[in-house]
Amino acid sequence: MNKTRTIVTYAVLTVAAVVMCFPVLFSLCLSFSDLSDILRGDYLPDSLNLTNYINAFSTQPLLHYMLNSAITGVLSTVLQILFSLLAAYAIVFIEFKAKKFIFLIMMATMMIPGEVLVITNFQTIRSWDLLNTYAGLILPGIASTFGIFLFRQNMMQIPMELKEASTVVGMGEFGFFWKIVAPMVMNTVVTLAIYFFLVNWNSYMWPLLSTTNDTVRTVQIGLRQLKNTEAVSDYGMMAAGAMVTSLPTLLLIFFGQKRLQEGMTKGAIK
Amino acid sequence: MTLEKTAPTMPQGTEEEVVEAKKRLPVWVIYLLPSMLIFILFTIYPFVKTVITSFFATSTTGSLTQFVGLQNYIDLFTNGNYLQSLGTTFLYTILTVPLTVIISLLLAVLSAEDRPGMGVFRTIFSSTMGISVAAGSVFWNLLFHPTAGLLNQVIRWFGGQPIGWLTDTHYAIFAISAVSIWMNIGFSYLVLMGGLKNIDDSHYESVEIVGGGFFYRLRKVTIPLISPSLFFVCTISLINAFQSFGLIDMLTSGGPNNSTNLMVYQLYQDAFVNFRIGSASAQGIILFVLIFLISQLQTKLTERLVTYQ
Amino acid sequence: MSKIEIRDLTKSYDGTLNILEKISLDVEEGEFYVLVGPSGCGKSTLLRIIAGLEKITSGTLKIDGKLANNMLPKDRNLSMVFQNYALYPHMTVKDNILFGLDVKKVPKDEQKRRLDEAAEMLGLTPYLKRKPRELSGGQRQRVALARSVCSQSPICLMDEPLSNLDAKLRGQMRTEIRRLQKKLGLTVIYVTHDQVEAMTMGDRIMVLHGGKIQQTGTPLELYNKPANTFVAGFIGSPQMNLVQAKRVGSTLVLGDSVTLPLSGEEIANLPQGNQWQIGIRAEQIEPASTGTEGVCRVKVVNTEMMGNETQVLFEVGDALFTARWTGQYLISIGSDLAVHLSANDFHFFDAEKGTLIRPALHIKGRAALSA
Repeated sequence: MNKTRTIVTYAVLTVAAVVMCFPVLFSLCLSFSDLSDILRGDYLPDSLNLTNYINAFSTQPLLHYMLNSAITGVLSTVLQILFSLLAAYAIVFIEFKAKKFIFLIMMATMMIPGEVLVITNFQTIRSWDLLNTYAGLILPGIASTFGIFLFRQNMMQIPMELKEASTVVGMGEFGFFWKIVAPMVMNTVVTLAIYFFLVNWNSYMWPLLSTTNDTVRTVQIGLRQLKNTEAVSDYGMMAAGAMVTSLPTLLLIFFGQKRLQEGMTKGAIK
Repeated sequence: MTLEKTAPTMPQGTEEEVVEAKKRLPVWVIYLLPSMLIFILFTIYPFVKTVITSFFATSTTGSLTQFVGLQNYIDLFTNGNYLQSLGTTFLYTILTVPLTVIISLLLAVLSAEDRPGMGVFRTIFSSTMGISVAAGSVFWNLLFHPTAGLLNQVIRWFGGQPIGWLTDTHYAIFAISAVSIWMNIGFSYLVLMGGLKNIDDSHYESVEIVGGGFFYRLRKVTIPLISPSLFFVCTISLINAFQSFGLIDMLTSGGPNNSTNLMVYQLYQDAFVNFRIGSASAQGIILFVLIFLISQLQTKLTERLVTYQ
Repeated sequence: MSKIEIRDLTKSYDGTLNILEKISLDVEEGEFYVLVGPSGCGKSTLLRIIAGLEKITSGTLKIDGKLANNMLPKDRNLSMVFQNYALYPHMTVKDNILFGLDVKKVPKDEQKRRLDEAAEMLGLTPYLKRKPRELSGGQRQRVALARSVCSQSPICLMDEPLSNLDAKLRGQMRTEIRRLQKKLGLTVIYVTHDQVEAMTMGDRIMVLHGGKIQQTGTPLELYNKPANTFVAGFIGSPQMNLVQAKRVGSTLVLGDSVTLPLSGEEIANLPQGNQWQIGIRAEQIEPASTGTEGVCRVKVVNTEMMGNETQVLFEVGDALFTARWTGQYLISIGSDLAVHLSANDFHFFDAEKGTLIRPALHIKGRAALSA
């Protein structure tokens, strides 16, 4: 490793890192600044002025939105994991005739973009009177082909002998699933939980369609409301709101980055 | 005697058991049921329904009024508005996908070696994966803002004329593309980094022993060896580009003058604002076909070009 | 002048723990030099330092008499065979073999000539158009060797190249690598954890343990005069039998339990002191029918019948000894057995430090044949 190459590497990376961080850092500055300062082009706050944050929470139902996002996010994630585990288990460990066919159908549905489905799903959820409910928000998304696929990959590495051994000692199907298989794929569970929560927290189109009032509205759509309804455009408060809503997922990325990276690689390389 | 008596009862017993088993659901159904139910209700049924609807004229509530055959499709492909949105989508794809992949690859290659400080870089580069479309849009909206935004402030400092980044038809698509690239780098970077980390050190050391430089190594070893991840990233980025919605909804609402009106935004408008469900369904199917073709192309190319160990 | 010369080489990653400590060695031109030791002993690190893939903390490395501490790997004019072969899955066998020659600006016709020669030599000619995944383990190994041959570097470094092959193939490849090395006059430094490979292939062997040199020498020197109990236990199969022993009058008490009466000659040959660690090779323990001198009674723990030979395992104090006898001995497990041991066949080691005090005086079955 020669010196010039090291210097060039670090220089390029530093520039790239600054550019990548810039939009967030800029908003961070604005979120601590007065509106009048911002309009004058004075972006660097003199002190840690928390007014914008206080306003974001007091004048807008931001906390309520975040709570909704947390509830639907966690609920969806748990159900997605559970359903994927169960389905993958059946596909790997139980012998039945339609197995290949069902798996193929499931994988084929991966190619259907969600945007094609929202029209009908909206009608379905509306006809079930589930608009503006948690159930309506999470129902269409709680089965995940990606989850099933990743768990299947993982479970196929578990030797069949383990199932035979558990049958010999008289352990039932569910016992084997819950006590042996589920703990063995714990790594994938964690990876997927991080991934699912990220996607759920950040999802945009379906929450936009399935909520028409504040009852279960998620934080992303809350931000949209905030942006569209603020006639005066309180930029500092906008920035503060966006900062706060990004915090949970950013923290998740900081701590789960390695996990995600490994999981994604498994997903990418068949 | 006893044998004769017991013999006929044996099959009877098993017959009962067979009937019993038939009444109960087979085990696999129980395990698959939750996922299958959701798939049938919210993926398969809506897909079939959309295909059917796309051949019908519809009322504003979405009920089918009259079979019109391919008319919805014909209308779309003769409608300047829709063709423009297709064109805009292709332009947006060309602007975003190659740059996203190339930048992510470059950053991943440069930060893959375990050297001091690399952890910080890796966290920063993957961080946009944790930022939602809505929040990302807000951040960039503030940068782009005509009066308060930094970009125009900088232009003014240098004595230039402020630019309507999101309101000028010449700039809006480029502004949106920049945000899209920024948003998507996180995911691409993470996948490519995973691919790089899977390459055995000995492959690099062999290059070192024969004395190949940075670009030799990149061309001969790194890129071929991460080709599965690279193809995956390309496909996902392409599909994502065709599916872009949130950015447009947050930043431009398709404007100015339809210059950022991407396919899915048009679909959303027709389905949920104009209530032209039949046309929206046809648009959905066109989107599906495009994405299907991309996936097929990827599979074919992968088989031909990508190397698996 | 030695081909490779290392003086007082120390390697440390964190400045406190030494992975390698005060290593010195000389490898002569055309020599097959084996670095052997258990995993984690530093042997691979030493090899990678010679390759230039790791930096030296202190000490000197000379290649062809030139100081090479900071020389780039490519300037060292050597080739390396990796444990996993480092074959590129996207390249054909041909391109894998020729890998790197374009960097060195070798002309195309010369590349072709070298390829044909190497492929011919290693029996790879029919496979040149294939991808590595279509080859068997042994063939992949040959491709890695062919790459080394093609580079025409005078020094070849091999890092456990046979460890991914099954036992039978390993035997074949041992011979093949050795033949290739002699034919091309290569200087080879070969890393392995397998003492059989070390013994059968090496002109000279260095035994490493815990980052320190235990002993350097020819295979038979290591076998006949192990410098310490570690080498004694590491080299040779079955392992040398080792146990604490003390002298009590005209007897040796082995492992506090087995008493061995000594002859006058044996007593005269004893080293100084009266407490040692002694070692004896399995083939130097003999069956005894009766008699007293050099005979002791032991309890048989297990026997292993190979057909042509029998291995008998018995207890000596806490230690388990193995005796290897040619022929078939039917001995029931748990029975008492009389065995003959001679203190002249014992290696005497320092009881605490484990260093050799006196080697065995007889070497069983040594003979020189001439045509």
